[in-house]
Amino acid sequence: MATQARRAAARLMISPAVILLLCWMIVPLAMTLYFSFLRYNLLMPGTEAWTGLTNYRYFLTDPAFFEALGNTLTLVGGVLVITVVGGILLGLLLDQPFRGQGIVRILVIAPFFVMPTVSALVWKNMFMNPVNGLFAHVAKFLGLAPYDFLTQAPLASIIAIVSWQWLPFATLILLTALQSLDREQLEAAEMDGAGALSRFIFIMLPHLGRAITVVILIQTIFLLSVFAEILVTTNGGPGTASTNLTYLIYAQSLLQFDVGGGSAGGVVAIILANIVAIFLMRMIGKNLET
Amino acid sequence: MARASSPQRRAVVTLAAWTAGFVIFFPILWTVLTSFKTEAEAIASPPSFLFFNWTVENYGEVMERSNYFRHFWNSVVISVGSTLLGLAIAIPAAWSMAFAPAKHTKDVLMWMLSTKMLPPVGVLIPIYLIFRDTGLLDTRIGLVIVMTLINLPIIVWMLYTYFKEIPGEILEASRMDGASLRAEILYVLTPMAVPGIASTLLLNVILAWNEAFWTLNLTAAKAAPLTAFIASYSSPEGLFYAKLSAASTMAIAPILILGWFSQKQLVRGLTFGAVK
Repeated sequence: MATQARRAAARLMISPAVILLLCWMIVPLAMTLYFSFLRYNLLMPGTEAWTGLTNYRYFLTDPAFFEALGNTLTLVGGVLVITVVGGILLGLLLDQPFRGQGIVRILVIAPFFVMPTVSALVWKNMFMNPVNGLFAHVAKFLGLAPYDFLTQAPLASIIAIVSWQWLPFATLILLTALQSLDREQLEAAEMDGAGALSRFIFIMLPHLGRAITVVILIQTIFLLSVFAEILVTTNGGPGTASTNLTYLIYAQSLLQFDVGGGSAGGVVAIILANIVAIFLMRMIGKNLET
Repeated sequence: MARASSPQRRAVVTLAAWTAGFVIFFPILWTVLTSFKTEAEAIASPPSFLFFNWTVENYGEVMERSNYFRHFWNSVVISVGSTLLGLAIAIPAAWSMAFAPAKHTKDVLMWMLSTKMLPPVGVLIPIYLIFRDTGLLDTRIGLVIVMTLINLPIIVWMLYTYFKEIPGEILEASRMDGASLRAEILYVLTPMAVPGIASTLLLNVILAWNEAFWTLNLTAAKAAPLTAFIASYSSPEGLFYAKLSAASTMAIAPILILGWFSQKQLVRGLTFGAVK
């Protein structure tokens, strides 16, 4: 019973959200794109000039760009592998009946609610610090030399911190998916003589396929923009050893005040993120049909 | 559970699960414990786990020294404010999409989602410059605006999936009885959708509370929420583990408690209804 007036009202009510998001998307994007063709440094106001593709040429041939790109991929890939594999294992474990299921669930999900700056600082100081960190104490106890995690292996350490934050998310989603699995199917397979491993490979894994895809895609979006963890722990260093694309662009624009170069980097980041986004949209779009 | 599980197997599972839960939770537990130590005990080697002189003086010192409450209040205003503003914009929009879908509704939904995938750093400079020129830099209003916009797609989506589950016939019946559109949304839809709206609110407060890209880049001393306040501890002076722990505990405690209530909605909200 959709009358003319009702349809008009519907359109009217949806418009604030649409207009706001449209502005939020178009205005800054257009500005970024425009700045990326300018020579524009905040320290030298009044010297803005059109430079064509110069910013892109500098940004894309900068060795720091390739290192940041590599670091970004390592960070995203490393965290994805750890959280998905860990999430499946933990999901399988927590799906079993045991005493105190509710409490353990609460313990496992907790890191997801810790703000990034807190988890980065806690890991950096209280665990990874080579003198006073808990790991250093343990190393001393075992008679080993303490290891300076954030200097010796900055990227790996950041991967560990970020994985700790995202493991709960992966676990929770995979556990939710496991719980919707038809128990009778598993029992039937068991009665037909399927071992635990083949039950996992042929029944559980296909059932989890969609949840795993969702975990990978959603995490990728967030992981491409990891920022606070790097800012707080290593500042991208030593050198650019733990600089990802987000941090590189931040440093270029707000630390070196190079608006033009930073904008060119921003455009590159947007293009890369879009490649990921296309896959995610297709996936969620398919879900919308059902 | 028809499947028989032997007591031994059950014991192993219980032990393994509790160990995993403990290990994952340990950094948080350790932070909370350290917050009750003195600075000297916090870095003592070997560290004591439970047997130290419990003290709450760190909490007092953090609050006294650093204007903790201002930052806490900033966090509350920014996260709750942006969520309420977002709900006010999103409820009518989600109503339209769920109960009066047009040909392009699906496209609009997908497009809204796509704005969420814009990497924030891609628009950092324009937003920073606009904020600088309009005086919004380091103001709570500025951050409320940004948080509302970045979470609006999630709010619309979550509400949409919840509204979708409400039978449209009930709304139609109210319309037959002569309810106006405003009455229909305010008195018929909203009460039925309260659980959905509540979980949307909860999840978005959590997301906004923990957001740490825009808060770090757009605030300085005045409007800094807890995320930015904690980050200021990254350049330590002297002994500070216990105070860092106290500040951290206070920053994460409220949201940890809220978060535990919202586990179920979290899955649904963050996967845009793809996993329920």
